[in-house]
Amino acid sequence: MRSTAAAQRDPARLRRVSLLLMAAVLAWPLLVWTEFNPATLADARSLGATWKFISDFVPPRHDADFLAELLRATWRTVAIATAGLALAWLAAVPLALLATSRLSVSALAAPMGAWPAACRQAVRWVLVVLRSIPELVWALLFVRVVGLGPTAGVLAIAITYGGMLGKVYADILESSDGVSTQALLRNGSGRLQALCFGALPECAGELVSYTVYRWECAIRSSVVLGFVGAGGLGQLLDSAAKMFAGQEVSAILLVFIALVWLSDRLSAVLRRVMG
Amino acid sequence: MKDVGAAAPAVELRALSAPAAPGVPGLALRGLDLRIAAGEQVAVIGASGAGKTSLLMALACAVRPAGGSVSLFGRDPWAMPARELRRLRGRLFLAPQVPPLPPRQRVVTAVLAGRLPAMGLLQSLRTLWSPRDAALAQAALAQLGLADKLWLRVDRLSGGERQRVGLARALVSQASLWLVDEPLSALDPTRARGVIDALLGAARRDGRTLVCSLHQVDVARERFERIVALRAGVCVYDGPAAGLDDAALRELYAGEVPVASEPGDPSPPINLLPESMCR
Repeated sequence: MRSTAAAQRDPARLRRVSLLLMAAVLAWPLLVWTEFNPATLADARSLGATWKFISDFVPPRHDADFLAELLRATWRTVAIATAGLALAWLAAVPLALLATSRLSVSALAAPMGAWPAACRQAVRWVLVVLRSIPELVWALLFVRVVGLGPTAGVLAIAITYGGMLGKVYADILESSDGVSTQALLRNGSGRLQALCFGALPECAGELVSYTVYRWECAIRSSVVLGFVGAGGLGQLLDSAAKMFAGQEVSAILLVFIALVWLSDRLSAVLRRVMG
Repeated sequence: MKDVGAAAPAVELRALSAPAAPGVPGLALRGLDLRIAAGEQVAVIGASGAGKTSLLMALACAVRPAGGSVSLFGRDPWAMPARELRRLRGRLFLAPQVPPLPPRQRVVTAVLAGRLPAMGLLQSLRTLWSPRDAALAQAALAQLGLADKLWLRVDRLSGGERQRVGLARALVSQASLWLVDEPLSALDPTRARGVIDALLGAARRDGRTLVCSLHQVDVARERFERIVALRAGVCVYDGPAAGLDDAALRELYAGEVPVASEPGDPSPPINLLPESMCR
């Protein structure tokens, strides 16, 4: 009886428990170093100030003048995000196709050749550089070059998101089942043909859903860029917060929630259509 | 055929040894000699792990030889520049045992993908949008008893139907060397004979070379004129189907571990199927 119990004990258990303990032990000093202290949230003075600000939120401001301005700002924010993402997509697609090892012909019959591997790595570095500088920094830079306005925001989103989309597209292609793509390449199809007839049908759903999610992120991003002068909802929020106009702030926040909900629905519909 | 391969055999292997798949340790083929004339149809039999799939992989230029030589249509594929190797790949068609079809693709697209090497990029994109060669795919499917499945999605098909869609892809391809791995593994016996007749008929009609691995020895003996039997990565019989008697077959399939392994010879690897083939 005892021996069967011993035989049924999961040999990986000890390792898993110790890894978990180690992670906890390592995480604790990180919390200490960052001076993370949830107690400040419960401090009576800051609670009072927060409550006063929050209680100003209701009802959200909804007179015609403000709503018209809100609508214009929303449109501008969505436009900045969409234009930025479209430019990012144009840059990301070729870079992803160059970076992904899924379309490697030399890796068909042997480990990938040194020259193709080096080229792919170089493209991956380009993607790292593009996305490692936050869009806020790019926007501050572009505001100096092209002046205040949406152009700076669009360019900033295009660069950073190009790097993100390119990396994740390449990773999605690599993590999908490669059998169909390899079979096409092995039988003499070109790389782009193998992409269209093998890899895309395998992972179109993930690619679309990730792209829509990035569009959602770009909307949030363009709000933040509004704070540094790219216009749109961010600029509106900035001035409302500076004037302690809680009712305006809450109306703007409601628009954010609506936009994110919209992108969630869009993604669900697209995924259902693609099956 | 305009190249030097017109008179050369479609396949010529000399003492070929090769792993089961790129990067897999151990050898699945251990000194294989084989010569197949252009336009010949050959069945490859042998127990699981004997090297049937590895032989087809080596012939499809899907794995680089570890020793010996491969010559296809009279030329060494591994001495070719990349562009010519790709053109050569267009003359080969490997149909794996598990059909490599994306589940969300339509049957018509999956079949016509067999013609990609003969299509330009623009033409193939047009095929994705609206297949003009649908009649061609339909004819190939009809030969395999799937005439009513043309516009369905692959994930709506049963395992046996998917396998036949994979074979229909071979039928529409313009390759001159068909390498078909276990085409009957998901089919019932009646259907199996119909499918093998369709493959053989198409190959004979168009003068294509067919190398087909089979587990169904009776089908191989009934339908093929020439049989190659493998055991532990070497060829143990190569000749007319009639010459393969029951005693020889019993020996061929007696246990998975060969009795004739020489002293000092490393024992054969157990798992000879490449990882990509057993999802």
